[in-house]
Amino acid sequence: MRHWFNTIWNTRGLARWILVAGLVIVVAFVVLALLAPWVAPYEFNQSKVDGEKLPKLAHPSGDYWLGTNDQFYDIWSRVIWGARTALEVIFLSVAFSIVLGVPLGLVSGFVGGWVDRALVFVMDSLYALPSLLLAIVFSFLLRGPLGGGIVAAALSLTCIYIPQYFRVVRNTTVSTKEAVYVEAARAIGAPPRTIMRKYLFGNVVQSVPVIGTLNAADALSTLAALGFLGFGIQPTEASEWGYDLSRALDDAQAGTWWPALFPGLAIILLITGLTLVGEGLNETLNPALRRRRLIPVQMPAMRADDAIDARNV
Amino acid sequence: MPTKPETPAPTGPVTSTDAVVEAHDLEVHFALQGSALARLLGRRGRTVKAIDGVNVALRRGEVLGLVGESGSGKTTLGRAILGLVPATAGSITYHGRDRGDVVVSELGSRDLRALRTSMQMVFQDPGAALNPGMTIEEAIGHPLVIHRKLKGAELRTRVCDALERVGLSPVERYLGKYPADLSGGQKQRAVIARAIILEPEVLIADEPVSMLDMSVRAKILQLMLDLKDQLDLSYVYITHDLASAKYICDRIAIMYLGRIVEIGPSDEIFANPRHPYTKALLKAIPEPDPDRMLPRDLPRGEIPDAAVPPLGCSFHPRCPVAVQECGWESRDLRTLLEEHWTRNPGATYDAERDMVGDLGKLDKPELSAHLGVTDSQGTLALLNRIRAENPDEPFWRGVAGIEDDGNGVRLEFHQPHDPALRPAGGVEVACVLYPDERENEKT
Amino acid sequence: MKSDDVVISARDLRVWYGTAGLPVRAVDGVSFEIRSGEILGLVGESGCGKSTLGRGLLGLLPDGAARDGELFFRERDMLRLKRREQHALRGRELGLIFQEPLTRLNPLMRISEHFSETLKTHHRGIGKDEIESRSLEALRVMGIPPTRFRAYPHEFSGGMRQRLMIALTLVLRPAFVVADEPTTALDVLVEAQIIRMLHDLRDTYETSLLLITHNLGIIAEACDRVAVMYAGRIVEIGDAHTVFRAPQHPYTRELLRSTISLSTTGLNYIEGAPPDLSDPPPGCRFHPRCPDAMQVCERRAPVPRVQPSGSRTECWAADHANGLVTLTEDERIPLAKEVIALADEA
Repeated sequence: MRHWFNTIWNTRGLARWILVAGLVIVVAFVVLALLAPWVAPYEFNQSKVDGEKLPKLAHPSGDYWLGTNDQFYDIWSRVIWGARTALEVIFLSVAFSIVLGVPLGLVSGFVGGWVDRALVFVMDSLYALPSLLLAIVFSFLLRGPLGGGIVAAALSLTCIYIPQYFRVVRNTTVSTKEAVYVEAARAIGAPPRTIMRKYLFGNVVQSVPVIGTLNAADALSTLAALGFLGFGIQPTEASEWGYDLSRALDDAQAGTWWPALFPGLAIILLITGLTLVGEGLNETLNPALRRRRLIPVQMPAMRADDAIDARNV
Repeated sequence: MPTKPETPAPTGPVTSTDAVVEAHDLEVHFALQGSALARLLGRRGRTVKAIDGVNVALRRGEVLGLVGESGSGKTTLGRAILGLVPATAGSITYHGRDRGDVVVSELGSRDLRALRTSMQMVFQDPGAALNPGMTIEEAIGHPLVIHRKLKGAELRTRVCDALERVGLSPVERYLGKYPADLSGGQKQRAVIARAIILEPEVLIADEPVSMLDMSVRAKILQLMLDLKDQLDLSYVYITHDLASAKYICDRIAIMYLGRIVEIGPSDEIFANPRHPYTKALLKAIPEPDPDRMLPRDLPRGEIPDAAVPPLGCSFHPRCPVAVQECGWESRDLRTLLEEHWTRNPGATYDAERDMVGDLGKLDKPELSAHLGVTDSQGTLALLNRIRAENPDEPFWRGVAGIEDDGNGVRLEFHQPHDPALRPAGGVEVACVLYPDERENEKT
Repeated sequence: MKSDDVVISARDLRVWYGTAGLPVRAVDGVSFEIRSGEILGLVGESGCGKSTLGRGLLGLLPDGAARDGELFFRERDMLRLKRREQHALRGRELGLIFQEPLTRLNPLMRISEHFSETLKTHHRGIGKDEIESRSLEALRVMGIPPTRFRAYPHEFSGGMRQRLMIALTLVLRPAFVVADEPTTALDVLVEAQIIRMLHDLRDTYETSLLLITHNLGIIAEACDRVAVMYAGRIVEIGDAHTVFRAPQHPYTRELLRSTISLSTTGLNYIEGAPPDLSDPPPGCRFHPRCPDAMQVCERRAPVPRVQPSGSRTECWAADHANGLVTLTEDERIPLAKEVIALADEA
């Protein structure tokens, strides 16, 4: 950990700028999401103030900064609450897939044999299917037991991403378990569980953070797509940018641009931020991509006593 | 100056009372992965006999050297003794001081793990043998955590003791370090500390100094000798370096292609090497002696593929003194031709290549080989030319007959004899040149 | 020997690497010559700059390294050559043999293709027959039968692959070859075969060789002259026979004593480890580990002097013992040694 932090902190050049730009964007969204109850003027599903409806499709103005939409909602509030939804879903889905994918990959790679074959087969099948299709299927299946809320959405995204962690961790485990220090662990009598926990885990999860951030961006776009198609989070459960975007499309054709523009911008901006963080981390943490910084050498002239004594040569 | 401890190696037949570990008719086979197509069709790959019938005992308190080139099976034998690779046939028995006789080769994984408190291992590459993510304190203490469930102050005391024993003191300087912060010699000390912390009886040291800088090799060997005396250890010292084996070992087993070809007290082995392979190894060691000339009469070629070992004695294709029953066969004929073309200018090969036909058919080990296409006389003349170039070539001793069969020449070889280990003047050697002393006694 | 026999001549050659802190002075002022057909052995512990010197001679240094001083290959000033001219020299005139042969051979290319590619790169318009005859000749010198010419790299054993690599270097008939630990990964018998072949090279190709190894035995058997390197400096250089018979520098002596050979009767070692090359000790760089260190060794760096035995050494003790310098009483006082912890080692 200490080592990672140092590498990231000491990065220079383009990688650093990519990372910083991405972090600024992501942190801005995180702050908005955390402070939503105080920053957002209205609730995500509030269309009335003191019993009186907000205006429908009002232009952006001093009262409604980003205007209102066809459901009498304040768009600024919807964007802020949407950020909260998006980040919650992203966080949960990435966390779920890491928690499930990493141990599965570790066990599969270490144990080998038919366990490995079966798991690899299942994961490869999941990976081969188009991810959006898979997400739609799972969100249908989960809607029954879990309802159409944030947890259900996060779980249906989890299924898409588990194979990625599984594959990376499993392949690294297969190569790492041949390392001498793993044999040494067997030679001191460490049982398989201890070998996996103390000798393999720390050495095979090194690329997981990078995959995590890159997946986060992907998860957001899939979530928005689900919402857009009407398979995502139910409008009654939370505010979701993809859903807002799909509702605003008809109005946009009629020249009412603001209900579509702002959720769309939010999606693009957060995806960009997350991708930049992922790429930045990749550049700094992936040794194959990392380039050493060149430091020019200054050679002082040879000191007199260093010079060859010509008479003696 | 520390000198070699004067403990005379016990001689005579090994009885089970003074042996700590014994391997009896041990065989270890590995299945090779065949080609992708073969695997797809479900065909089994070839098997390699990494250990092919080894009988050896490690006596209490001795250093037994396993010496050989890579591919000789010395490392596999070491790992098999620990139970890290399963025995295919034969047995390994551990005669424990406390736990009595244990047949290692029949233990389940749980009992095998428990056995680690008695038998430990030191690895060749200290840089790879330590988990890069563990501190020295964690790494060295881990065996105690696993086997004795120690923790806290008691664990730390034991770790510090082990560190002091291997010379990593002051211990505070090393406890919190990661392997990457240590030099090669220091890492190897840490690996040794981890191996001795459970107070084992047997230590398998697999080339413990070959990856270290020459200026520290002697230091680490000295440390191992000191620890042996302090902790009543018995060592199996695996190496390809006869010079260090000569210094540290009481007895030495020379291994070649999965077998022991010579075994005996080191003094005798170095004073009177008997097996031609032992002689060759001794001659090949580069000595920092300016008066020694480059050795020129060394065995040709390299250690053969263990999946298709030579007939008869495995060493015969490289042996300068091989005789007729050593196992000459078709593949040796191919080597003979290739050496002839390597010795002579390019034109010879161009002129002669058509006289012998397809060399590929010599690759199957057989006692009868066919050479040539049509011109039998030409092929016969070629063989005579080769023979004239080097009449002392041992190959010709194995040829029982050459006959012209109309469309080429057929060579018949003598029946091969695969020599077993036999006693010869204080050592045991697997070579037909040494008649079995036991046989003589009988007659 | 005539001076035009000299193939490589270095004077005060330095090779430094840039780092975030102080530069690493891997090679810090070395001078030597290699004559035509000669084998110079370069020996020393790891981290003394042996490999850097070898690569520095060929200009095969990573970005961020700099060379300074004088380096001549025949009449050419290597440090003034343009990148492209240096590149053209490598392979054709200057060769390098590495430690691990398998990584350098393309598994999908036959041996014959490796040879023809190498030859075509350096000799445009070379004919097919000449390619084959030159390749087979190089293989023959390295003891590889012509029947294997069209085989793939994986069909060869480890020792054969190393011989192939050497043959691939030799087929261009370079005047100077650096062999960097060419046999370290190989078994004793194979090692001995290859060392013998390298030793016999000059009969066929008149190649000069810089043989980098940590194995003093190989140097004694195969080299004409030997250079002992410590902390970026050549501390002793001379005829191999002389240096091994009568080592002048304490480092050479201790190195020989710490080598475990068949005639070893006691274990010896050099205390401590080679210094950090970005901040070497003042005066003689070996003084913290030297059993013969005097006051002067810490204060002033010794200069290279030719000793009566014929070898050139950088050592105050040797200079004094051989009457080459006069040291004051004070300067001769043995240096109080700092205690080196047992495990401060390489």
